[in-house]
Amino acid sequence: MANKNKQEQNTDPKTDQAQNTNLNRRTLLKAMAGIPVLGLLAYGASEKNAYNKNKSSRLIKELGLDDIEAPRIIKSRAGEGDLIRIGFIGFGNRANQLARALGFMDKATARAQKENGRLQHWMEQEYLNVEIVGICDVFDLHAENGLDIAKNGFRVNGQTGTDVPVKRYRTYREMLADDSIDAVVVATPDHHHARITTDAVRAGKHVYCEKSIALSEEELNEVYNAVKNSDRVFQLGHQITQNTVFQQAKEIIRKDVLGKITLVETTTNRNSASGAWIRHLDSNGNPKPGSLDTIDWEQWLGDRPHKPFSVDRFYNWTKFFDYDHGMLGQLFSHEYDAVNQLLRMGIPHSAVSSGGIYFWKDNREIPDLLHSVFEYPDKELTLLYSASLASARQRGRVFMGHDASMELGGSIKITADYDSTKYKQQIADGLIDTNGPMLSVSPGSGIDAITSPTEKYYASRGLTDTYVNGRPVDVTHLHLKEWLDVIRHGGQVSDDIEKAYEEGITILMAHKSYVEKRRVEWDPVERKIV
Amino acid sequence: MNRKMKDSKSYSGIQLYSLVVLRLFIGWHLLYEGIAKLINPGWSSVGFLRESQWIMAGFANWVTSNSGVLNTVDFLNTWGLIAIGTGLILGLFSRAASIFGTILLLMYYLNNPPLIGLEYSLPSEGNYLVINKTLIEAVALFVLSVFPTSHIIGFDLFVNSSRQKNKN
Repeated sequence: MANKNKQEQNTDPKTDQAQNTNLNRRTLLKAMAGIPVLGLLAYGASEKNAYNKNKSSRLIKELGLDDIEAPRIIKSRAGEGDLIRIGFIGFGNRANQLARALGFMDKATARAQKENGRLQHWMEQEYLNVEIVGICDVFDLHAENGLDIAKNGFRVNGQTGTDVPVKRYRTYREMLADDSIDAVVVATPDHHHARITTDAVRAGKHVYCEKSIALSEEELNEVYNAVKNSDRVFQLGHQITQNTVFQQAKEIIRKDVLGKITLVETTTNRNSASGAWIRHLDSNGNPKPGSLDTIDWEQWLGDRPHKPFSVDRFYNWTKFFDYDHGMLGQLFSHEYDAVNQLLRMGIPHSAVSSGGIYFWKDNREIPDLLHSVFEYPDKELTLLYSASLASARQRGRVFMGHDASMELGGSIKITADYDSTKYKQQIADGLIDTNGPMLSVSPGSGIDAITSPTEKYYASRGLTDTYVNGRPVDVTHLHLKEWLDVIRHGGQVSDDIEKAYEEGITILMAHKSYVEKRRVEWDPVERKIV
Repeated sequence: MNRKMKDSKSYSGIQLYSLVVLRLFIGWHLLYEGIAKLINPGWSSVGFLRESQWIMAGFANWVTSNSGVLNTVDFLNTWGLIAIGTGLILGLFSRAASIFGTILLLMYYLNNPPLIGLEYSLPSEGNYLVINKTLIEAVALFVLSVFPTSHIIGFDLFVNSSRQKNKN
């Protein structure tokens, strides 16, 4: 110590230099003090990342899902090849959406969407190389609207309008007789679907028909045979299975993640006048336009029993059995298709329906509460459909297996079963927690094992949707694209006539059971409902 | 003698080291937030922005409804956090890091302020009225920007001395 003091007091240049070096070293140490902290953080972050990855990949590996990749929206070849000239039969609300999905939008909507910044999303939709060249609608206003969109509308490729002539046809038969039309989109009320589709394929047109396909077994058999005997491409309008998560749902079922599935529960949960098909009033509460001067009522009725014209019947046709099968045709059809795409269970052995008109006390014939149970004894499976138009509590669409259940909506949530045999060990080890979902699949992001409580929270509230570049994809567009792709390049559509037939019979069985208040069965030999 | 030198003289040891610890901790937090976003390929600010309420709701809606803007915001957010966190830990451009960090944290706060009547679908981990931890962190960073330490402990020591040399 004394020695040191002596040195410090010393002022010879040698020690000065030493002091300087010392000072520089201390300065350097002070300047770089943050570096070890940074190193510590880097180490911690990589440890944490490895821990999470390991836990999640172990679960995915144990479930045998490690080779499933996130489906990507592949740029299809739908737009390549010759121009396809499309005719629209029926141009109401749904047709507007279909036109948009094909790449056509009316100018007013385009302006509004531009203002709220949504137009760009739509503009990113793939160009399909189609022209809408014909419009057929019994209502002048709807036909004019369709003509305007086809002739002067804003297009997905940035153009406005077209030089190609667009024609209005007074009847669908006139349109079918015209060789300048390659394919038709049928978006009429349901009671025209089967007849128009039958006539259209016989006239050599490709058909995209909105659900549901037919209102009677005779119609259904006729349209089935007509499509079967033609080389035209038929697609039934069920867009929901085009959601990218359906591919992964298929894989999850194929890999038996759920164990033996014995019950599939599908639901409809609506609670509004519009949802209950009361749609004849505009937003101010006044009746929507339309009269015998502007509507060809006889043609609208077609082969149905004569009824005097009313705005109610014209806009709210869904309420009446003459024109459709209510919730079965409009909503269960989608549910059935979603399940049939995954399980391929086909036509049920039996169906029982019950329900009634308990809430919407208007002139409707269709029930507003309806429950249908379909049995598949040879597949050891029950399909349940429970529908309410008087409560919007979301009950989802759930596939129940012995080992896990899968809730399938816009995303997938899989929850292991507490009493699962297959996952007994993982549950005991704490790798799988049965209190919340163990896997989630969101469009565009692939399969994630849910290993943290926060993820669990997000997944259980359905907040896990990741958007591909922040962009939701229009599934109707994908469904139409698939149809055009098959027309141009061949292949298989998702909703071909076989699936449409299975769906049609299933709906007819449930409807018959409701109307006749009895259990009905399918006779696979005679191919009829008994 | 410049102002910086005066500053350094005015801190006692305990004052200096507590300020440095605060700087390192906030830097650690922000840097890891940035890294976590970077290594999670599915991360996007869309979930957070969709929850936005109060004065930033319109802005958040504009961002989420526009994929190009959203991508830019995600990129800037991730790399902004990484740059600010690194700056605070290393004491490099620390004042700028503190000020930009304060602004960023205030943006987070203003998108989800715990005001009476605003309800969020995600529960918070504590109970807040007007003041939450994000706001406190923002204020703490602001305090660090007025009580700088990086010119004493941190790379700014070099930056400052080289600046001085240039001036001389």
